[in-house]
Amino acid sequence: MKSKTAYLTPYFLWIALFVIAPMALILYQSFFSITGHFTFGNYEQYLSSGVYLKMTVNSIWYAFIITVLALLVSYPTAYLINHLKNKQLWLLLIILPTWINLLLKTYAFIGLFSQNGSINDFLRFVGLGSHQILFTDASFIFVATYIEIPFMILPIFNALDELNPSLVNASRDLGASAWQTFRRVIFPLTMPGVKAGVQAVFIPSLSLFMITRLIGGNRVITLGTAIEEHFLVTQNWGMGSTIGVILILAMFVVMFLTRDRKNKGGQIR
Amino acid sequence: MAGNVIEFRHISKSYDETQVLKQIDFEIEAGKFYTLLGPSGCGKTTILRMIAGFLQPTAGDILFEGQRVNDLPANRRQVNTVFQDYALFPHLNVAQNVAFGLEIKKVAKGQIAQKVEEALRLVQLSGYGNREISELSGGQKQRVAIARAIANEPKVLLLDEPLSALDHKLRKEMQSELRSLQRRLGITFIFVTHDQEEALAMSDQIFVMNAGKILQSGTPVDIYDEPINHFVADFIGESNIIPGKMKADYVVSFDGHEFDCVDAGMKQNEPVEVVIRPEDLDITAANTGQVNVTVDTQLFRGVDYQITAHDVNDNEWKINSIHKTTVGQLVGLAFDPEDIHVMRYGEDEATFDARLERYE
Repeated sequence: MKSKTAYLTPYFLWIALFVIAPMALILYQSFFSITGHFTFGNYEQYLSSGVYLKMTVNSIWYAFIITVLALLVSYPTAYLINHLKNKQLWLLLIILPTWINLLLKTYAFIGLFSQNGSINDFLRFVGLGSHQILFTDASFIFVATYIEIPFMILPIFNALDELNPSLVNASRDLGASAWQTFRRVIFPLTMPGVKAGVQAVFIPSLSLFMITRLIGGNRVITLGTAIEEHFLVTQNWGMGSTIGVILILAMFVVMFLTRDRKNKGGQIR
Repeated sequence: MAGNVIEFRHISKSYDETQVLKQIDFEIEAGKFYTLLGPSGCGKTTILRMIAGFLQPTAGDILFEGQRVNDLPANRRQVNTVFQDYALFPHLNVAQNVAFGLEIKKVAKGQIAQKVEEALRLVQLSGYGNREISELSGGQKQRVAIARAIANEPKVLLLDEPLSALDHKLRKEMQSELRSLQRRLGITFIFVTHDQEEALAMSDQIFVMNAGKILQSGTPVDIYDEPINHFVADFIGESNIIPGKMKADYVVSFDGHEFDCVDAGMKQNEPVEVVIRPEDLDITAANTGQVNVTVDTQLFRGVDYQITAHDVNDNEWKINSIHKTTVGQLVGLAFDPEDIHVMRYGEDEATFDARLERYE
């Protein structure tokens, strides 16, 4: 018993210092005004001023679009990779970009999208003229989706990989067409993977801030951007923490909505 | 006769260099219980998957009720499969699993409920409809898999070693249940197994396979009593196989003596193999039987004693006897001419059948 506690100590310490303590600090900070007085004012302001609510709705909306797009791209991709011969190699190629620093990838897109970037060069070459691509909603969503896709593909691929192929055969054997098999057997059984992917994409998308600035050109204001502004620019840590608390709550809501509803205890083989 | 439901014409199947099926020809009559029997890797499951539509032959034609179905996808064939690992859908409960095929066919709701109930009753699982698959035991999963297949009222039911995961007692139970289920439904069953006992107990017809070929087909009694060659004799049941020579019609010599037998149609002095089943041998006092042997081992198996012995020519003999003997003792073995079955080397099934036809 004693040795077990000894082994667990580093983990408990880690959780206490780097998970519980920061959250407690954020919660604590959110009850102080910019002048350092205890107040509920931050929450009042958040709920009463339309700006913050609009920002929240905005964040959720963008995160939603990014998640849906990532899912639409990732599911077919994961399905396809799973049917390829060297599927582990292909998966590795998909995961490879996630090893590259996020900032570097974002800068790469600035190079591609800017007025003198490769895409505008190409558009001018085919006679379509140059367009404003950078600093648009579309470019923000595109880049954010691009960055999130591997995190969506991975859990879906794993779910598909674990699916017992004889279930697909059984479905075909019982008269189901390829599409019916997908809808009635494959998709429902890979739902846990889809949910995990949604969690892995939606929650980080809520608090994206760097891409909003570099690609969205600060035209897209999300909760992440607001937190960054409050902590680094206006130094209103109380308000920043309040939004942080709201984000944490939002994460719990998403986790709750995508939980395993029917726990049958049965493993998907 | 209702005619042939399934016919294989010169079917072969190759993967790259390896040929897994070599020129398979057979006919399956409606309403019978067939078994494909053979060691693992003999191609029996390949045949089953071809009938189901999961595999296409490299050459040859598959006929279903006279129609060529080589290119018909699995979902449009009137056959259903009971898979070795059951392949029940874990996200659906028992009733939803059984209803799966019916829902695909857009059968009316009320009718589905009725058919599901009926199918579950046939496999003795009435009232299990709302159970989750993970709550079932192995035997119950097996029954659900069968119910799910028969609910679609297929013309042919394919069973891919469905009993191999069950324990001995449950397997025996399921064997007789499957047999009576087949009789009641009148559906053609094609059962794949490597268990010869199972095959003998359940089938109307057995196809014995090895290395991508059907070696012998016939009723369980035919195959047991008159195996075509060494492999079949050895694979089906226990046997004593002794090399010998055909002296004349109805006379065979082995172990230094000549014996009367009931086989004929072979050349004089043709080298043959002689099969005598262990249970056909009776132990007598020394020098009163046809052969004298020395007992080597004796094993009590409940129903009988399994005895091994050797004769003066060092041929090993297996004897199943309900009477006890003594290890090391010289005893006689008595058998009748009908207990001797003579096999020629390399005889194919057509010649074998024709020869038997002539003198039986």
